[in-house]
Amino acid sequence: MRALRVLLRKEFLQIRRDPTILRLLFIMPVVQLMVLANAASFEVKESRVWVVDRDRTPTSAALVERLAGTGRFLVVGQGLRQEDGNAALLAGRANAIVSIPEGFARDLQRTHHAAVQLAFNAEDGAQAGVASSYATEVVARYSAELGAAVLPMNVAASARGTPTPGSPRIDVHRRNWFNPALEYRWYMVPGILVQLITIGGTFMTALNIVREKEAGTLDQLNVTPIGRTTFIAAKLIPFWIIGLVQLSVGLAVAAFAFRIPIEGSLALVYGAAALYLVAALAVGLWVSSISDTQQQAVFVTFSLLMVYILMSGLFTPIRSMPDWAQNVAQLNPLMHFISLMRGVMLKGASVVDVLPRLAALAGGAAVLMTLAVRRYRKGGA
Amino acid sequence: MTASSGVDGTPVVVDGVTKRFGATTALDQVSFAVQPAELFGLVGPDGGGKTTLFRVLTTLMLPDAGRASVLGLDVVRDLWAIRARVGYMPGRFSLYGDLTVEENLKFFASVFGTNLEHGYALIAPIYRQIERFKDRRAAALSGGMKQKLALSCALVHRPQLLFLDEPTTGVDAVSRREFWDLLAELKAGGLTIVVSTPYMDEAARCDRVALIQEGRVLAIDAPSQIGARFPRAMFAVRARQRSRLLSTLRQYPSIASAYPFGEDVHVSDSRTDLAPDVIMRELQAYLAAAGLDDARIRQKAPGIEDAFIELMGRAPEVAA
Repeated sequence: MRALRVLLRKEFLQIRRDPTILRLLFIMPVVQLMVLANAASFEVKESRVWVVDRDRTPTSAALVERLAGTGRFLVVGQGLRQEDGNAALLAGRANAIVSIPEGFARDLQRTHHAAVQLAFNAEDGAQAGVASSYATEVVARYSAELGAAVLPMNVAASARGTPTPGSPRIDVHRRNWFNPALEYRWYMVPGILVQLITIGGTFMTALNIVREKEAGTLDQLNVTPIGRTTFIAAKLIPFWIIGLVQLSVGLAVAAFAFRIPIEGSLALVYGAAALYLVAALAVGLWVSSISDTQQQAVFVTFSLLMVYILMSGLFTPIRSMPDWAQNVAQLNPLMHFISLMRGVMLKGASVVDVLPRLAALAGGAAVLMTLAVRRYRKGGA
Repeated sequence: MTASSGVDGTPVVVDGVTKRFGATTALDQVSFAVQPAELFGLVGPDGGGKTTLFRVLTTLMLPDAGRASVLGLDVVRDLWAIRARVGYMPGRFSLYGDLTVEENLKFFASVFGTNLEHGYALIAPIYRQIERFKDRRAAALSGGMKQKLALSCALVHRPQLLFLDEPTTGVDAVSRREFWDLLAELKAGGLTIVVSTPYMDEAARCDRVALIQEGRVLAIDAPSQIGARFPRAMFAVRARQRSRLLSTLRQYPSIASAYPFGEDVHVSDSRTDLAPDVIMRELQAYLAAAGLDDARIRQKAPGIEDAFIELMGRAPEVAA
């Protein structure tokens, strides 16, 4: 205990002296949260559409107006030839083509059925999906007004399938629970907070320990009565505390700058973070045990974090991953923590609701820390 | 070397220690013993195995074969007891650059469960020289001051044995001499010291030295005795045209060794049955005939470096 106190005092002295560490800890989360939460959004502000209106009737013109009127679509060109639309799409001037065939108004009046083709550039699949669902909704609403079925045929978004003629008209109603205005920021911010303390905690732990190796101070410490467990504890405790402080800074930014309501209990948020940080720091410790230089540590940490952030459900939903990836994601503490944070912050989930997540975090923390400490103690004599 | 334990009070006993790294053998059956209050030197070129030996003795590395004991404690079994009792100064500056001189000292004192006041008397002769910089960050110290701080940190817990791995590498000549004066003082106070150095002038200040090359101990003896192991008469030759002098000497029919040494060329003759002044006269005549009439030859007692070069079995190929 006395040795631990001595080491902790030294660690905090060094952390206080290091100007970059404080900048990294407090300014970076604020800046990243501001930038990422605004940039990392699935919201499609404005799709540029090319209109091929071969019908040239008031009815077809009204449909085009409806699309433009949503503010989601900007008509960048109009013509009679499909080829012009295709060229615009290829050149990147437009990212969608709306084709209204000849006889559109006539068919609507006679048969109450008409088809409109919506073609999207699906290079950016997420964006195409969102834009096509907006367009579908506009067409559906318009057809409802006319009392007819206008069948949108999505070309690129093939998963939606082509409606068969005679099917009931599409009538999409949406209601977004827990995030009524569909604010993507609400959804992103809790996840970004988690990702930030992950990066901070893991990188700093790995680099700090490897720096002692590089400087030779680790050898110097090893020829003293200080045991490895004490050494590890003295390294991890400060970063664990710093992680919680970082989380507090982030939560304050979320609440005051983004006006994100924190529905659930703060104690639950901190409790989960305390558990999760043990897992994040364990990864840092493990990296430090297999690296001899800071360069190696950066490389290994970066590669690891890439994988585990991509498999965390932060940017892409877990449910849309292949089965094997979903199973792997279940082992990712980051995934559980992000999902827990979203639940508690946005839905006001209670301890009982998130018990399975908490259990997964506790289990992950225990397993990772045990492995890391054992690996660390084995490295070198 | 048959002693295998230090219960008789022998501070360091190394018995057949071998350490391999892959295909290279860093230590090959190394054996020696260090006596109480002895200043024991490990001398040899870089990469000879000195640092590996220190790492084994300070419990940072396990030997592959053989045994070693420090203060009567086994380096494998009793590592914690050893760690509490020895002081170690690694070859590279290994203190916290972002902490001040005083913070480093206090930290290392408290790590051993003691404090600066308790160890002050022992480190005073060294620490006093850097005390006025006690609030300066260790990273901002000069080489000589860093080395004094490192020695203070290695001594602050009053160790019974001190390991110093090339403590004067990268330090100016004046600081080097001061440092060895300090070691002599510590030794006079009864401390056993094991020190490594690549410098022969420093080796001469040890009580005994072990010459180490490629993981093997070539000889262990007092520095003066090691010089006496040189088997032939040694001559120092000097001439203005040094490179021509060297190449001419190497063509001398009965030459045994000829290599540059400072401003001289050290030469020995393989005919050990001849009196030195006979050889000297012959050499003088030979050089004069080769056009080097300004060559001055004098007999010289072989030093530890001459013995080392002889033991290594090759003269360093230095371009003069």
